[in-house]
Amino acid sequence: MPFVNWLKRHLVVIAGLLTLSYLLLPNVVVTVFSFNKPKGRFNYEWQQFSTDAWKDPCGVADMCGSLGLSLQIAVWATLGATVLGTMIAFALVRYRFRARGAVNSLIFLPMAMPEVVMAASLLTLFLNMGAQLGFWTILIAHIMFCLSFVVTAVKARVMSMDPRLEQAAQDLYAGPAQTFLRVTLPIAAPGIAAGALLAFALSFDDFIITNFNAGSTVTFPMFVWGSAQRGTPVQINVIGTAMFLVAVLFVLAGMIIGNRRNRQKA
Amino acid sequence: MMTTQTSGDVRLSGISKTYDNGFTAVQPLDLTVPQGSFFALLGASGCGKTTTLRMIAGLEEPSSGTVHLGDQEVTHLPPYKRPVNTVFQSYALFPHLDIFENVAFGLRRRGIKSVKKQVDEMLDLVQLGEQARKKPHQLSGGQQQRVAVARALINHPKVLLLDEPLGALDLKLRRQMQLELKRIQTEVGITFVHVTHDQEEAMTMADTVAVMNGGRVEQLGSPTDLYENPRTTFVANFLGTSNLIEAEVDTRSGEDIVLKAGGGKLVLPGARCSAPAQAGGKVLVGIRPEKISLTHADDAGEIPAGRNRITGKIAHSSFIGVSTQYVVDSAVCPEFEVYAQNVDRDPRLVPGADVVLHWSPAHTFGLDAAQDIDAGVETAGEEAA
Repeated sequence: MPFVNWLKRHLVVIAGLLTLSYLLLPNVVVTVFSFNKPKGRFNYEWQQFSTDAWKDPCGVADMCGSLGLSLQIAVWATLGATVLGTMIAFALVRYRFRARGAVNSLIFLPMAMPEVVMAASLLTLFLNMGAQLGFWTILIAHIMFCLSFVVTAVKARVMSMDPRLEQAAQDLYAGPAQTFLRVTLPIAAPGIAAGALLAFALSFDDFIITNFNAGSTVTFPMFVWGSAQRGTPVQINVIGTAMFLVAVLFVLAGMIIGNRRNRQKA
Repeated sequence: MMTTQTSGDVRLSGISKTYDNGFTAVQPLDLTVPQGSFFALLGASGCGKTTTLRMIAGLEEPSSGTVHLGDQEVTHLPPYKRPVNTVFQSYALFPHLDIFENVAFGLRRRGIKSVKKQVDEMLDLVQLGEQARKKPHQLSGGQQQRVAVARALINHPKVLLLDEPLGALDLKLRRQMQLELKRIQTEVGITFVHVTHDQEEAMTMADTVAVMNGGRVEQLGSPTDLYENPRTTFVANFLGTSNLIEAEVDTRSGEDIVLKAGGGKLVLPGARCSAPAQAGGKVLVGIRPEKISLTHADDAGEIPAGRNRITGKIAHSSFIGVSTQYVVDSAVCPEFEVYAQNVDRDPRLVPGADVVLHWSPAHTFGLDAAQDIDAGVETAGEEAA
């Protein structure tokens, strides 16, 4: 039974490849259909190869405006959530204060709460306060729900940090500010970066909470949802593919830089 | 750089440390470490030796007392303002910086611009010139340890503090690094304060050893002094092995004290007895295993007069090359340890043989019998395991 033996030997590889293709197939579909030239308004059936959409990515009315808005909100939400979340994470790990345990668990609530419930309650809150729905309400909501993810990511990193490293820095004439900038921050950086990337991704494609609290403002996910009712322009696939490529490029660049640095040092 | 030849001593006056939870790690303590000496704080874990070190470094605030470095009082100075550097347990090298930048860290923080020459020299001193651009995790344990020493020494501190710096190394490397550290200390002439639980390490390296137990210094002295003249049972048991016998004071004859133990008599030089010895009082008589000679009971007549003697029966013997270690059961002490050099081995000395243990009275020491006779025994065993 040579085939069975072969199967046994390569089972792990086969399972791995299958899982990988399960993960990547949707991306492939998005990319392939960004080169489609659909008949009618819906981009659901393959017709013929075309680069029209790539040549004119902003050809659909209002789409690039909503994309810009989404990116803007994502950047600010990432910044806000990362700064606040990093400070909370340090406070939770490094300091003993009253209600520390309670804060520790409360931080997780936004992650556990069903998004749609939170979206509705936020809307109630904003309306009761008389806030004008739009950019700022979206931003406040995004910072809020990104915060717990940032705290979780940074906390894990800070917890694994040896407090003796900071003591060593102080012992070597670094004052509190120098110690933080030269030792604490660089060592915590991977955790902070992971938290920030997570926050960006979550904010950029959030639909539910945004939809409730946006008023008449339209973000990119809302635009896609809205156009899906009436017809899907190919440009949506173009934007999706471009975002995917940018992410892949970032990862590749990171890997290449890391490898080169290791090789130099070795 | 300022050189203060005469007054670079580290002086601790009445310092103590009690934590918020009420635990007192260090009892009020007076200690002077002379400039340029290699000083060891020796004790089992939890004896307060590391806390004492951290109070010198400024990483721990004393609950009372003062710390002086030479003429300068540093008790309330933060660590980054003290002319003191520390080699941390498990080294605490900065993982995100390479070896060169780790060593240069202290210089750069003090605003020194051209560090290359100094760093290169320091890396050569610890024989790591080739590794300057590696990251700490790419080095072996022994190499990391040397980086930690270089990183501290490059700042020319008044005192170098070493917190169990060799604890993470294997035995062979540890022996090698002990000699290496001793060489570096002699070369740079900086005061080293070394914390360790390894009595052999303390004795090999230090000029002066302070044995700590329960937050106090039990005894302070040179390694030979501590070993030959322990003043407490803890020191007698923690440093090497001691046979301790409970005895009653019989009479005093001149300089010597005559004691009764079991049926026999033992002689103890009065000067070597740290306990008050009144007739009828109790004293613990101590003798180191290597000072004892072992003679088969049949040859008892050949033992010169004037030596302390005890009779017993060999319970175990283990041959370990240079010497043979015997455990002898006797009426006065159930497990008497004797180390005999393997020069002329008597084939009759096997388990079950009746023997006479004898030694020169000059090697006997006397301790206060009010103490726990086993103090320091278990702790020393645990750490060695």
